[in-house]
Amino acid sequence: MREQGVWALAWKRFRRDRLGFASLIVVAAYVVLVLAVASGLLARDWESEAGVNFAPPTFIGAEAGEASTVKKLEVARPVSDYGIPDPLGPDLEAIEKSLSGKSRDQARALTLPLGGDKWGRDVLKKAVKGTETSLFVGLAAAILATFIGTLFGALAGFRGGKVDDFFNWLYSVLTSIPYLLLVLTVAAVVNQKGVLTVILILGLTGWTGIFRLIRAEYMKHKVREYVMAADAIGASNGRRMFVHILPNVSHVVLVQLSLHVVLFIKSEVILTFLGYGVSVDTVSWGSMLAEAGTELLLGKWWQLTVATVFMAVLVTAFSLFTDAMRDALDPRLK
Amino acid sequence: MNLLEVRDLSIRFRLDEATTVDAVKGISFDVPVRSTVALVGESGSGKSVTALSVMGLLPKENSSIGPASRILYREKDLLRASPSEMQKLRGSEIAMIFQEPMTSLNPVFSVGFQIGEVLRKHLGLSGAAVRKRAIELLTEVGIPEPERRLEVYPFQLSGGQQQRVMIAMAIACEPKLLIADEPTTALDVTVQRQIMDLIAGLQERHEMAMLFITHDLALVSEIADHVVVMRDGEVREQAPASQLFRDPRDAYTKALLACRPPRDHRPKRLPVIDDFMGDAPRADVGERRRGLSGNEPTLLEAKGLAKSFYFREGLLKQRELKAVKSASFRVAKGKTLGVVGESGSGKTTVALLVARLHEATGGEVRFDGRDLLKLEPGAAMPYKRRIQIVFQNPYASLNPRFTVGQILTEPMLIHGIGADDGERRAMASELLKKVGLPPLSLEKYPHEFSGGQRQRIAIARALTLRPELLICDESVSALDVSVQAQLLNLLQDLQDEYAMSYLFISHDLAVVRYMADEVMVMKDGEVVEIAGPDELYANPQHPYTRLLLSSIPGRAA
Repeated sequence: MREQGVWALAWKRFRRDRLGFASLIVVAAYVVLVLAVASGLLARDWESEAGVNFAPPTFIGAEAGEASTVKKLEVARPVSDYGIPDPLGPDLEAIEKSLSGKSRDQARALTLPLGGDKWGRDVLKKAVKGTETSLFVGLAAAILATFIGTLFGALAGFRGGKVDDFFNWLYSVLTSIPYLLLVLTVAAVVNQKGVLTVILILGLTGWTGIFRLIRAEYMKHKVREYVMAADAIGASNGRRMFVHILPNVSHVVLVQLSLHVVLFIKSEVILTFLGYGVSVDTVSWGSMLAEAGTELLLGKWWQLTVATVFMAVLVTAFSLFTDAMRDALDPRLK
Repeated sequence: MNLLEVRDLSIRFRLDEATTVDAVKGISFDVPVRSTVALVGESGSGKSVTALSVMGLLPKENSSIGPASRILYREKDLLRASPSEMQKLRGSEIAMIFQEPMTSLNPVFSVGFQIGEVLRKHLGLSGAAVRKRAIELLTEVGIPEPERRLEVYPFQLSGGQQQRVMIAMAIACEPKLLIADEPTTALDVTVQRQIMDLIAGLQERHEMAMLFITHDLALVSEIADHVVVMRDGEVREQAPASQLFRDPRDAYTKALLACRPPRDHRPKRLPVIDDFMGDAPRADVGERRRGLSGNEPTLLEAKGLAKSFYFREGLLKQRELKAVKSASFRVAKGKTLGVVGESGSGKTTVALLVARLHEATGGEVRFDGRDLLKLEPGAAMPYKRRIQIVFQNPYASLNPRFTVGQILTEPMLIHGIGADDGERRAMASELLKKVGLPPLSLEKYPHEFSGGQRQRIAIARALTLRPELLICDESVSALDVSVQAQLLNLLQDLQDEYAMSYLFISHDLAVVRYMADEVMVMKDGEVVEIAGPDELYANPQHPYTRLLLSSIPGRAA
């Protein structure tokens, strides 16, 4: 019989879960997309104003987009004119003609694959570029939070006593503050917009749940016989904590990491929407949704739709993948 | 007349899409009216599965019963009865007691409610009648102050009392057939004695038939009229108890009877199953002498060893639990000190204190002239190496994420034994050979081994450090008797070779008598008696020792 490690067995169980495996492929596709963006292969020119303002998606056609704009202008006209001719009208028309001119309008496409925003930037490229930001923020913040949560949880659960009391006090203080208020407080204190700030905010506030779980796992494991056996052969505290126990709770850590990626992707969107997230020169799904609010009033629905679909697909796939991973790593839960 | 007839029963379990296991392979036996039939076998023999199939309690999703199988209860085939018919039979005609009373009772309902539920459901009693009958039942199973006990929750009762409550529920409807699945295995030997007496008395009074499932042949010899010996899903032998114990026909039955340490003598080596199953005649091995001459040098001496655990109560109060109160003993070089006692006697705590896995609250442990308990952690390291421990549960004491190679080389790595990885691995595979495992095992993970093999790995891990004192904390208790015999032989061989001292802790008095040169009896954290094994077993001084010895099953037989 060939020897099989715990991970190999888990992988075997995972592969049998069709839905889980399909979601892994989706997640992997996103990761490939992000790598392509990061290496500059894709969406490098997302900031260029490739289309006309609010260029509609190609599958709708330029007509439909124009028609809705014209209709709105006609509704507005009676209020502004009152029958008096605009004295500057002819001049303005001349200026407009010479400025934007036929030449520039020709360079700008009338439609874009999935539409354009108010400056005529390609929504598809924005969403692809936004994937990079959102996934990076989600992953980095989740890794930070999981690291803090695991380290604190391991110390508190393994050492017990005063150490445990201290970390529990820290946990209680942090969790007693309403989450959004806490996030906004940290954001106000850091007072600097950017991807790194968002990662810090989410990572530094989001470790509490992980801490609680890992602490419980360590308390459970430290009295197990295999840990006592390690003590008997003279293994140090650190060795018992991280060489012996950690691999045995690593499935909990992994599942938490993956849960928090989903959570933090959504949190980044909310933060950016509220204006505490990434700065204006970066694009994320959050900033796209923030713009989409005003656009929707004008009937420009495509930016909202594209950002939502991109996010919904990733979040759903990631959640299903997490569920499948949990089942594979800890089959007793099933 | 037969109350229950099992014919050609075969049960198959599906493990996953590809693998199935035949747990029971076409067995047949009868349970006559008012008699006790014992199903005996080791783990994996299919005895519990058989009992569950009689109750109709097999998991539907992954088990299937062969088409030719029949289980006739008063001529009615239970396998073809409708679910509602089965439900009516269960509890009222056929009742079952399980092994673990703690998990068989629902922790959030009071004892009275749980007994009342049976009465309401099967007998249609209500109101005051339920209460009256419940009190009667508790009185019958020997629970003191039954009115008051109706209100308590399972966790407020001891293990023995919980099992009594389970029995009360089982006999509530006066069943004709009682199935008892290892009802006393989780209990201490003195409590086991009481429960067995209770079951025997109830059976007599209510004229019940009983299907008694156990791994313990000695227990069977006391209670059964008829014995069915099972192995790997097959019946190896069935015979009236008197005949089976006097004149076993099947080689496996003979082996099972022989591999328990005998009471009256001490063979150098315990016989194991292979000795009987093969054709080769068994060599006579001679007797082993036990006991101390008094001239052996002392390896370790404990004086007034004490350990208290503290529980917080309220804000400032602390409750003290004295797990060990002043234990004094000495372990002679190359000899074995046996420690016996029931659960809660403090015997495991003593082991953990000596190995410095728990901090003692008082006393001293002299090893090589130094007090181990006073040493700083750093200074204790060289001593830690010389005292090693093998735990009870082979499934919990090996790190599941380590390969056997990692498990065995880690202690050498920590203590700087061996020049490099290659040398350490060579030493590890040498040790594996010594404990009877192939060197190929180095690359495998613990979950690929059976319980007995895992315990061998645990012993090999302890041996990597060449300890002078090996503490065996119930190291063979979780294993089947045939595997137990093999491991006891291994431990004995190792002691002969390395001249190690053993601190051998067990609740099993027969095993301790076989292994120990001196026996220490513990009760409630105190040492009540220390004496040589033959002397102690022949002429116990302390009343508690006498009680323990009289509770060993099969002693009268």
